[in-house]
Amino acid sequence: MKLLMKGNEAIAEAALRAGCECFFGYPITPQTELLQYMAKKLLKSGGVFIQAESEVGAINMAYGASSCGKRVMTSSSGPGISLKQEGISYLAGAQLPCVIVNIMRGGPGLGNINAAQSDYLQATKGGGHGDYKVIVLAPSSVQEAVELTIKAFDLADKYRNPVMILGDGMLGQMMEVVEFDENYQPQKVEKPWAVTGERNREKRVTNSLYIVPEELEKHNFKLKEKYEKIKESEVMVEEYLTDDAKAIFVSFGMCARIVKSAVNKLRQAGEKVGLVRPITLWPFPENELKSYASKNEVEFFVDVEMNLGQMIEDVKLSVEGKKTVHFYGRTGGMVPTIQEIMDFYYSLKE
Amino acid sequence: MGFKRPECLTKESMHYCPGCGHGIIHRLIAEIIDEDYKESKIIGVAPVGCAVFIYDYFNFDFVAAAHGRATAAATGVKRSIPDALVFSYQGDGDIAAIGTSEVIHAATRGENFTAIFVNNGVYAMTGGQMAPTTIPGQVTVSSPYGRDPKKQGYHIKLCEMLVPLDGVAFVARTSIHNLKNIEFTKKAIKRAFEVQMNNEGFSIIEVLSNCPTNWGLSPCESMKRIENEVLKYYSLGIFKDKGRGI
Repeated sequence: MKLLMKGNEAIAEAALRAGCECFFGYPITPQTELLQYMAKKLLKSGGVFIQAESEVGAINMAYGASSCGKRVMTSSSGPGISLKQEGISYLAGAQLPCVIVNIMRGGPGLGNINAAQSDYLQATKGGGHGDYKVIVLAPSSVQEAVELTIKAFDLADKYRNPVMILGDGMLGQMMEVVEFDENYQPQKVEKPWAVTGERNREKRVTNSLYIVPEELEKHNFKLKEKYEKIKESEVMVEEYLTDDAKAIFVSFGMCARIVKSAVNKLRQAGEKVGLVRPITLWPFPENELKSYASKNEVEFFVDVEMNLGQMIEDVKLSVEGKKTVHFYGRTGGMVPTIQEIMDFYYSLKE
Repeated sequence: MGFKRPECLTKESMHYCPGCGHGIIHRLIAEIIDEDYKESKIIGVAPVGCAVFIYDYFNFDFVAAAHGRATAAATGVKRSIPDALVFSYQGDGDIAAIGTSEVIHAATRGENFTAIFVNNGVYAMTGGQMAPTTIPGQVTVSSPYGRDPKKQGYHIKLCEMLVPLDGVAFVARTSIHNLKNIEFTKKAIKRAFEVQMNNEGFSIIEVLSNCPTNWGLSPCESMKRIENEVLKYYSLGIFKDKGRGI
């Protein structure tokens, strides 16, 4: 059945269908409808819904519930996600699954409540303290947000790691047609590590403290091994009209959708352009970009973001200096237009 | 009858300093669990502070929380496993400074778990700095001239703050400076667990404890200091027991 749904609500519905039993949140624009949807559904179904006293409270409640083996979600926007970073670091350290939604707004500071991609670096480079990684999924439509939300729960459980859905205010607020797979059944995952309080077995402890340096190093190497495995197996990327492209746009999320329209228009005008859209921001599709950088016919890259240039660091690292990477970005809640992107492209050819 | 190790305590040697009150309080919890909750599901929530390794000393499940967040983590735990006996174990810096917001809101929501709050008036693990509970005049490494309320404010009285909240079912302040009060502490924790298992709401016991190391006193002198100085600022008793009309 096709439904017309707001992005925030569709993510919430997808989470419930993925077996999310516990939600802990705090109101912040432009994410709040997600929390409201969860309240409406979970308070009736016998699940756990708490509107916490703060984002700090919410993420630590999630830590507790995840420790008990529940499928858990929390959501917020930039300023609130900053507050959650402590908890995200603890979740990663204690290897606890949790799905965290960031419906980004303009920053820094209080910024504003408009659509922006302010938090790419925070999401993909750690954000909190310590050596850890969060799997980051960046949907570019409400339908994709639904699919990636369901996938996020499976990835979180599979790797015992936090997974972030990184959308922007536009994705959260706009309505699109979505379709849910009515035959989908959430995976039942065994969690032999979960704290349940039972006494007739060896005790279980969820913890991120390894006071002996040798042990913490060993633990961190174990985490690294896991991250390497994720990098090998979980990269998702959309490659659009790239086969014969001379210029390759790189863009993620909603911004990539605008870029895609610009690519279509440029193609109509006879320009050989394509788009690489990372769907997983971490792990980043570095091999894919690297292979385009090595192609003779590819002349340059154009990174387009709704910030001052954050993903471009990963693009440049992947391109390894083989080709020039140009940047076009709007920030502060401003959204680039198709025409602006085309004009920028033409300016590079002059 | 010999003096035996409670069954739910492990054989691990405790890392606490000689004469520290944590050992006594751990034992009381263990005795209560052996007496009343031998078969029950139990989940402890560990703090950051001197009791950070508490999970090593009990042979049941634990969730180790971030500094100050034990009551938020315990909320997530108890909501997930409502039939378990859940308690957080936190020091004064943990619950009454960085974790004030979390405890007040867990309390007012009436989260059905027990917070065991050990008040020794200092941040002991980091070397004895002034805590929110440090009493006026008390010398610590970060109040080297004695806590001056004009410059450093007053000591916080968390129990008194929590009593008026409707979600709170049980509040007591006890001490471990002598046998009589150790017995009273055990009774209070026992009652708090009972209140929790009756689903009455949030319960908290503040236990006045000692810190010979950071107070610069012998264990015996530190117990006397509780009696002669700390009790002037912190009164003992059961402040609230909803189920019994207190």
